[in-house]
Amino acid sequence: MNEASADQPLIVAGKTYRSRLLVGTGKYRDLEETRAAIEASGAEIVTVAVRRTNIGQNPDEPNLLDVISPERYTILPNTAGCYTAKDAVRTCQLARELLDGHDLVKLEVLGDQKTLYPDVTETLAAAETLIRDGFKVMVYTTDDPLIAKRLEEMGCVAVMPLGAPIGSGLGIRNPYNIRLILENAKVPILVDAGVGTASDATIAMELGCDGVLMNTAIALAREPVRMAHAMKLAVESGRQAWLAGRMPRKLYASASSPIDGLIG
Amino acid sequence: MHITLNGTPRELAEESTIADLIVLLALQGQRYAVEVNEAIVPRSIHDSHKIREGDRIEVVQAIGGG
Repeated sequence: MNEASADQPLIVAGKTYRSRLLVGTGKYRDLEETRAAIEASGAEIVTVAVRRTNIGQNPDEPNLLDVISPERYTILPNTAGCYTAKDAVRTCQLARELLDGHDLVKLEVLGDQKTLYPDVTETLAAAETLIRDGFKVMVYTTDDPLIAKRLEEMGCVAVMPLGAPIGSGLGIRNPYNIRLILENAKVPILVDAGVGTASDATIAMELGCDGVLMNTAIALAREPVRMAHAMKLAVESGRQAWLAGRMPRKLYASASSPIDGLIG
Repeated sequence: MHITLNGTPRELAEESTIADLIVLLALQGQRYAVEVNEAIVPRSIHDSHKIREGDRIEVVQAIGGG
């Protein structure tokens, strides 16, 4: 990295990361595509889901953690599909056992199947239990600045408001709320959910977010591996633009070429 | 004895341990976690933990997710 692009690393729960793009592993065609896309994204933190073992499946079939190795990546187990604090806490405990005591988790407690909108009261209850139990909680939540602050004060290691509903690809629909959350934050704020294409990721970073977490925007692109690369560039680009500071907006034109020395 | 494994009823030999069940499921060497009646059973005691009649057992693994 040259001098012009030098930057502070992302720090989550005391660990530093060069990449500010976090990616999921769902919805890919197969494990090879998953592996290639995650490699192209440059992500260092990778989310996984915890599910019942499919009894009777071919035991020789490769496992997700064989291709996304916990030695290489920071595995971030999620509580996707949980609609109560109790289920979310159980899922995190299973994940910690599964990953030999690894205690970084992505908490999401959903309220409604149609919108997959976070259930804030259940999320707060689960966060409290998990933090007391020693988990480091990265929490998916609404874009409510007061709730984001409360989750931070409870001890969540990162707060991750949505930009739009999970898997919708609608982009960052709430830039002003995201800015309000960023203004008061002392922990990393990451946009989680809503990104549809590269410019959405750039917009999130230009707002000053510390990172972006996405899955569907990459996995459901026509060429997921190429989109993963695009997202890597988009996140880096947005971050650099935020650090550089954009020019002020003006209503009227301002010539870029000098007025002096015109012919005629 | 009757148990419930991942939500499905199943027959298991008396005196089976969690480790026996894992062998039966051909999961040795893989990453998994086991819960019995909603309490985690740590891997370190899978050899000694005896399964009882009526136990509700969950065996989970990591899969793709966002």
